[in-house]
Amino acid sequence: MKALVWHGKEDVRYDTVSDPEIEHPRDAIIKVTSCAICGSDLHLFHNLIPAMLPGDILGHESMGEVVEVGTAAKGTLKKGDRVVIPFTIQCGECDQCRRGNFSVCQRTNRKGELGDKVFGHRTAGLFGYTHLTGGYPGGQAEYLRVPFADTTHVKVPDGIDDEKLLFLSDILPTGWQAAVQADIQPGDTVAVWGCGPVGQMTIRSAILLGAEQVIAIDHLPERLSMAAAAGAITINFMEESVIDRLNELTGGEGPHKCIDAVGAESHVNTGQPDTILDRAKQMLLAENDRPHVLREMIYVCRPAGVISIIGVYTGLVDKVPMGQAMNKGLTFRMAQAHVPRWTGDLLRRIEDGQIDPSFVITHKVDLSQGPEMYRTFRDKADGCIKVMLRP
Amino acid sequence: MSLTNLTHIARSEGDPRIERKGPSSLTGPDRLARALGWFSIGLGVAELVAPGRIARTLGLDGKEGLIRAYGARELASAVPTLSIDKPVGLAARLGGDALDLATLATALHRDNPQRRNAAIATAMVAGITLLDLAAYAGVKAVHRRDPGNERDYSDRSGLPRGPQASRGLARKDFQIPPDYRAEGTVADALPTSVA
Repeated sequence: MKALVWHGKEDVRYDTVSDPEIEHPRDAIIKVTSCAICGSDLHLFHNLIPAMLPGDILGHESMGEVVEVGTAAKGTLKKGDRVVIPFTIQCGECDQCRRGNFSVCQRTNRKGELGDKVFGHRTAGLFGYTHLTGGYPGGQAEYLRVPFADTTHVKVPDGIDDEKLLFLSDILPTGWQAAVQADIQPGDTVAVWGCGPVGQMTIRSAILLGAEQVIAIDHLPERLSMAAAAGAITINFMEESVIDRLNELTGGEGPHKCIDAVGAESHVNTGQPDTILDRAKQMLLAENDRPHVLREMIYVCRPAGVISIIGVYTGLVDKVPMGQAMNKGLTFRMAQAHVPRWTGDLLRRIEDGQIDPSFVITHKVDLSQGPEMYRTFRDKADGCIKVMLRP
Repeated sequence: MSLTNLTHIARSEGDPRIERKGPSSLTGPDRLARALGWFSIGLGVAELVAPGRIARTLGLDGKEGLIRAYGARELASAVPTLSIDKPVGLAARLGGDALDLATLATALHRDNPQRRNAAIATAMVAGITLLDLAAYAGVKAVHRRDPGNERDYSDRSGLPRGPQASRGLARKDFQIPPDYRAEGTVADALPTSVA
């Protein structure tokens, strides 16, 4: 089969690889009909996260048709089922899964000892996202082996295009969880840093959850225009002070809820000198991530407010103002999305016409154009916001 | 045995193996920049480790300290050149090339018994400078954002009922789960404060 394979920093190739096989009775094999490139794939593209190896297949946003089912998964899946595959692999049985914390399932990381050492305790297996999370082959491919398939799938109906359903795998439940983490109440002003695909889903989730005012922060005109389309007030941080504008919009009190949909790779520019220092430290391996957004959120958030972090961080950060956070009594809530916790409800909202996630797709191409699309997406060229790939 | 076959020991037997490599996301300018970055490392190490030999070979006796400093400069410019911020590194390399050429120019006088070596080194640095220029221009070109071609997505609300009608729609049938609640008010439970 064909697949997008990681060969090193900025080196993704459209390779011919052997087909996946059933390895465990709970496995299933799906024929991928659609997949996507995620913003967090760019952290792998940039080799920011250790534990990628040349030959790893990328991709954690996939959907398709079940073509083979292991004996233990036959009770819940059959050939021909149309499914979206969450980026998290969950057993459904461990204590964390029973609490709904699927992205920290304790059983599905087949290299859990590595996760234990690096994170303190292991997290769930993920598709195509380094050997820290199990080293599972990803779904930017023609076929995908789904471990724990009986609990790692979302069945979806025929009659709705892949474009509307694919993002149940990641960015829609991720954006939804970002908003839920913020515990949005009527009357709240919610500020969202980052208008990439997850930020766009977060904005719409915040609107649906009743935020009185949603403020979207970015610097790319096309992303700001997409945010404004959902009713967000936009701030271009290259043109005005984010702090000043947020205070202006909130009567000087700051947003009630602040959501970080940026994560490890804050935009580096001279207007935000801390980002230049972070970048220099990254190059010298003295820091892993660039937490400019964290610093800004902590500073401007209203006392006793909530900071919701959904942007992916990879390792160590520096100069985070814990003094400000502690003295202002901020609540922090963060996680990789517990996808299955939200997908049933979100599928219903898609079917009901409350949200149509296909709005975010700007590029729809053949899988063979994947290497070029990684460049386009990373360079934010050609108005690229979200790339959907067809094997 | 290729690297990707070697790394397969870190995967399970059933995981797909590469049978044939295909086109890469790395462009020609990217690869040129990488090669120049590694060249910087090699040259930088040599200048740090053997400044005396280099100085004698080129007739730049007494300039060992300067050569060592240039070695540190080469290593410093290698870091961004090999990173995703290649233009920064390549610009630093171009600045370094100018310094190298200026320094070598001082060794081209007739009284330098190593004049021929200095001339060869000057020609090599001039050639490397052209490569640095090509890499810099190439990397900037392939990774540009094409300003002026900005797209307008203001018709993409993603909310089929419209933003206004969608505001608070989920509150009718979605409760924030107890383990995600942070808000609340105790105003009703507090005794009235006396002014």
